[in-house]
Amino acid sequence: MVDATVNAAAQLRRVKQAPRSRLRRFFEKKSTIAFFMTLPLILLIFTLVIYPAFYAIYLTTLNKRMTGTAWMRNCSYLPDWICTYIPFGNLQFLLTRETFWMVFWQSCLFAISAVILKALIGFIVSHFVHNVPSKGQRKWRGMLLVPWVIPAAMSTLAWQWLFDPSYSAFNWILAQFDIERISWTGVAPWARFSVILVNIWIGAPFFMIMYLAALKSVPDQLYEAAEIDGANWWQRIWYVTLPMMRNIIAITALFSTIVTFANFDIVRILTAGGPLDKTHLFATWAFRLGIEGGDIPLGATVSLFMVPILAVAAAFILRDITRRGNEA
Amino acid sequence: MAKKRITRRQFVAGAMASTAVIGMPYVSSAQSAGKLAVGLWDHWVPGANDASKKVIDAWAAKNKVEVTVDYIPSQGNKNLLTIAAEAQAKAGHDIMAMPTWWPHAQSDLLEPTNDIMGELIKKLGNVNGTTEYLGKLGDKWLGVPATIGSQLKGPCTRIDLMKQLAGIDIQALYPAGAPPKADSWNFDTFLKAAEACHKGGKPFGIGLGETSDSVDTAGAFMQSFGAALVDAKGNITVKSDAVRQWLEYSVKLAKFFPADAPAWDDASNNKWLVAGNGALIMNPPSAWAVAKRDAPQIAEQCWTHGFPQGAKGRFAPFLPYFWNIWSFSKNKSAAKSLLVAMSEPDAIAAFVAASGGYDIPAFDKMTTLPTWANEGPPKGTLYHYPNPHNHQTLSITAAPAPPKIAQQIYVQATPTKMIVRHLQGEPMERTLAWAEREVEGFLR
Repeated sequence: MVDATVNAAAQLRRVKQAPRSRLRRFFEKKSTIAFFMTLPLILLIFTLVIYPAFYAIYLTTLNKRMTGTAWMRNCSYLPDWICTYIPFGNLQFLLTRETFWMVFWQSCLFAISAVILKALIGFIVSHFVHNVPSKGQRKWRGMLLVPWVIPAAMSTLAWQWLFDPSYSAFNWILAQFDIERISWTGVAPWARFSVILVNIWIGAPFFMIMYLAALKSVPDQLYEAAEIDGANWWQRIWYVTLPMMRNIIAITALFSTIVTFANFDIVRILTAGGPLDKTHLFATWAFRLGIEGGDIPLGATVSLFMVPILAVAAAFILRDITRRGNEA
Repeated sequence: MAKKRITRRQFVAGAMASTAVIGMPYVSSAQSAGKLAVGLWDHWVPGANDASKKVIDAWAAKNKVEVTVDYIPSQGNKNLLTIAAEAQAKAGHDIMAMPTWWPHAQSDLLEPTNDIMGELIKKLGNVNGTTEYLGKLGDKWLGVPATIGSQLKGPCTRIDLMKQLAGIDIQALYPAGAPPKADSWNFDTFLKAAEACHKGGKPFGIGLGETSDSVDTAGAFMQSFGAALVDAKGNITVKSDAVRQWLEYSVKLAKFFPADAPAWDDASNNKWLVAGNGALIMNPPSAWAVAKRDAPQIAEQCWTHGFPQGAKGRFAPFLPYFWNIWSFSKNKSAAKSLLVAMSEPDAIAAFVAASGGYDIPAFDKMTTLPTWANEGPPKGTLYHYPNPHNHQTLSITAAPAPPKIAQQIYVQATPTKMIVRHLQGEPMERTLAWAEREVEGFLR
């Protein structure tokens, strides 16, 4: 009798506790814990990335006064569903502007030339640093990273003084050798050279440090084996170093292309896009149109134009990296 | 039990009463305690912000309103970013200082100020045409013309160099304390003087860049030829004889500017003057004020005066600021009351004095304050700065085009780009065709 009573009480307790246990089990699940632990990050990404991205897309669909939708005009050459239902009016307008195509070309020139040169300089300097005895290597690494760690806006201001139209320090040096002064930021080719040079100066240390890390991870045995096989310096670079660094080179180039393509501060401070818009990039031109010109939808369209270009580049490079990863 | 029927009139009266009760918490007069957030332009003159703070604090104490003031710098376009952000968020300050084109750009979100502007004009005199062009949409005043930050970009001439190299006594043309005797100060004289100073190694420091100072000068010259890229009705008028004449003259003149003028920004002309490199720049007295501090011997030789006379008049660039009330402000009546207090003659005089004469009120009766007559050295150097004798028409580049189109012409620096393109050898008709295509894009 007593046993029966105890059993009944235990059963009742289990029945009462059942829902609570389910809840507890839910919270004890690894996936739930993982979700809650990542929730702050999810919220942060939603607030700072996803919402602004969708808001920017929304802005591109608005007309100049932001009172209605920017529908396309005279677009009978397009399928009806695009022409009538997709609000690409701002994009359609942009594609007819010669300044837009100039900015497009300049952004490509700026990003491609700067990334190639940064990669080349980074590669060469990383080899120099790699060959410095380990005792003094830290000092060199630290010094070479200085351009990269100084805020770009600050160092560009210093460069602005060096390139100043009237009081350029470079021109002063040229004058000492009776060489005619150069209008660094007043003539298109020199202005483009100047902004690319500053970008290389700031960005090359990033490549250097990444390549240095990659170099350090290449096993010495591979070089020893290559040397035994009679490989010369160039063959060691071509058949050992480069294949071993391929993924790092690709990721660094991709990352740098994205950052360089979207650069704002260097051009804004050094030339503000001039002369005659010949150094504008997408970001600086978007700022000119959207903030200074008060045409926020058009500015948003210019800045979003970068997204598909960079997405395609990223897809190609990442696909290549994944493929190589699978091969390995 | 008899049912009481509600008549239509009773229903309307009841609904109105309910609306009033619901809306009551948002209605606050200047006499009631309330809050007000004010965003003012951060003045570059040290201590100038204190003058506005003092006026605002006195008004706040009298009216028992809790006022917070933010001074927002224009460096890096911080003020434009704030305006754009508040317009998007429909929240922020109650009163916002907006430069030149921004009241029109945000016109849908601004509280009309006709009620206070009528009184202010009655008391302080008419406002100049540019202020009306930029501050009014149809019959609706979009804000109150602000003294703080409003500036005129006339010539600032080196007395000694102009006399020595071009044979012009600028003080005789613009005597302190008296009306100008500047009939001979015309475009021909200006061109000859530019050539003489260039030959003498002290070229006029006028930029051809894409920033405000360069664009303002190019625009004033354009208007003096009666030229415009777009007329008041929005028609494109690029390929007109007046524009051709302006472009031809501008290129002739630009040949005597520094070789790197296309790369100049708004600091370049100031540095040019302070370094003693040139005989004339186009600027408000900020360059002179810096020279007074850093190169007093140069400041003593500076004289601010009017523009040269062109075929269709004498135009000078005026860039007004406005104090605007957002339509989403919850304390509009207090905001209006504060703007009236900030537009009192004493307050205006205090702002002008605190800025060392840099700020110019838009109202007719306020352009003869003692500050401009007394500032120096040399004494009277700023006497003609606020256009006290209405000797020139105050204008802004790209006027009289509808402001939203004009803003694009101004911001994209179309006039200076035209000059640079033609200066660098592009045939005039090709430059005009390029400008026409650009302007077509601005009309969208």
